[in-house]
Amino acid sequence: MSVRKPFEQSYYPPVPTKLTKLFRTNLVWQFFRFLVLNIRMLRMIRKH
Amino acid sequence: MARLLILGAGIAGQTAALHARNKLSSNHEVVVVSPNSKWNWIPSNIWVGTGYMKPEQVTFSLAPVYAKSNIIFHQAKAVSVHPAGDSKSSLSFVTIEYTLPEKLGQTEKITYDYLINATGPKLNFDATVGLGPDKNSLSVCTFTHAHDTSKALAGVIAKMKKGERQTLLIGTGHGNCTCQGAAFEYLFNVEFELRRQNVRDKAKIIWISNEFELGDFGIGGMFLKRGGYVTHSRIFTESLYTERGIEWITQAHVKEVLPGKTIYENLDGEEETITHDFAMLLPPFSGVGLKAYNKNSEDITSQLFAPNGFMLVDGDYAKKPYEEWIPGDWPKTYQSPKYKNIFAAGIAFAPPHAISKPMTNPNGIPIFPTPPRTGMPSGVMARQIAFNIADMIEGREAEPKRKASMANMGAACIASAGANFLKGTAVSMTMYPIIPDFKKYPDTGRDLNYTSGEIGLAGHWIKHFLHYAFLYKAKANPFWRIVPE
Repeated sequence: MSVRKPFEQSYYPPVPTKLTKLFRTNLVWQFFRFLVLNIRMLRMIRKH
Repeated sequence: MARLLILGAGIAGQTAALHARNKLSSNHEVVVVSPNSKWNWIPSNIWVGTGYMKPEQVTFSLAPVYAKSNIIFHQAKAVSVHPAGDSKSSLSFVTIEYTLPEKLGQTEKITYDYLINATGPKLNFDATVGLGPDKNSLSVCTFTHAHDTSKALAGVIAKMKKGERQTLLIGTGHGNCTCQGAAFEYLFNVEFELRRQNVRDKAKIIWISNEFELGDFGIGGMFLKRGGYVTHSRIFTESLYTERGIEWITQAHVKEVLPGKTIYENLDGEEETITHDFAMLLPPFSGVGLKAYNKNSEDITSQLFAPNGFMLVDGDYAKKPYEEWIPGDWPKTYQSPKYKNIFAAGIAFAPPHAISKPMTNPNGIPIFPTPPRTGMPSGVMARQIAFNIADMIEGREAEPKRKASMANMGAACIASAGANFLKGTAVSMTMYPIIPDFKKYPDTGRDLNYTSGEIGLAGHWIKHFLHYAFLYKAKANPFWRIVPE
């Protein structure tokens, strides 16, 4: 749904393109991100 | 034989109990006192609040777990701490009052050699007139609150399906709330649920918060490297709200919730009113109200606890302006400076100050988030406290050596933004350190190599996986220790 109205609060923030939104739920890309995010979190845990 | 007494069986209490039991030889006792019969994985309550999960999926009975783990369990609430005993005995003890139906209201003294206060928060709904599930707003703080909220949500969805427009207000119900993250998750899960049920066009969703800007989350927000820029979390958060069509009100102190109407003051001191059909507003937290007494039964509560009821530990509590705050202010071992055999973990310890910059409106009302200390940090500090106490009981150390300052600790946080295995998303964040250090990391306060955030389906998978992993761990099932805090 379109929510942007000129000069209101929603007018100024960046919004994702269709491609960006597509990648957010693309199974192949998200499986890769799943691995990356897990590694990132494990790095964090190892710092404790 | 030594006895470790743990007050509370939430994330911190359960973590401390399991690790302590594992580290201590069997001739020592680990005793847990909790008023609740069930353990609750609180981060999943937001899913109970939308109906995605049932209360049984986020809870389990504590007694069988403690029975198999050789941990003594009293279903009772702690009433008072007596660090030096009383006129009859110099043994330290805690007075408890049973909530177990068979012993309801009975009191008992439990002596201890070491005490961990992991009582968590009191949900202080009384801080705002009309706030709370017994009054005019809803909550997802407990699984019963969340279950009631899911029924109310189903009610407004049913009205939308009949063609009625509904306004939903979600956020924080007081100027000093913490846990913006939980409200944020609930907000986006509600928005997702409305889309799933094809009624999104009938809903106006409004976020209300005590944050100075969106994306603050009580940690002053965070900077991320993204698209060739170092960008504040405010930008990403505003982007998400805009994308999902959610209006936002920040810098707000909710002063009164009436049926269908919320009155708030902003940082300019102006009073505003919003009308709504559904309001889920989180309460501020305070300590649970434990009292402390000396040997002569004189009240020494102020020596152990801050005025807000949280326990004083080894932090620097000197009053100083924001500009003089340093990471070293934050506690490291969580040991009481007054009584060395008392520790506090999780929400129960008194933070030395906020993380976000304190703001006060012209009417003298403070409007800024208090610091979050739940989830991963809570578990890490509980584990370190348990290890320190085990070392001291077993004679390996004379004082706590392991440290878990939030100023030297990172955190990973997964904030759900819609629950579905193919279409859901969650914001996956990591940050290091939790307490910004602008001396070490000028401009950003945190290490950009360890501070990150992105939204996607993978985050939902991780959040769902962690739900089961942490329940598995809390049940002390085989190899529970491989699940990190």
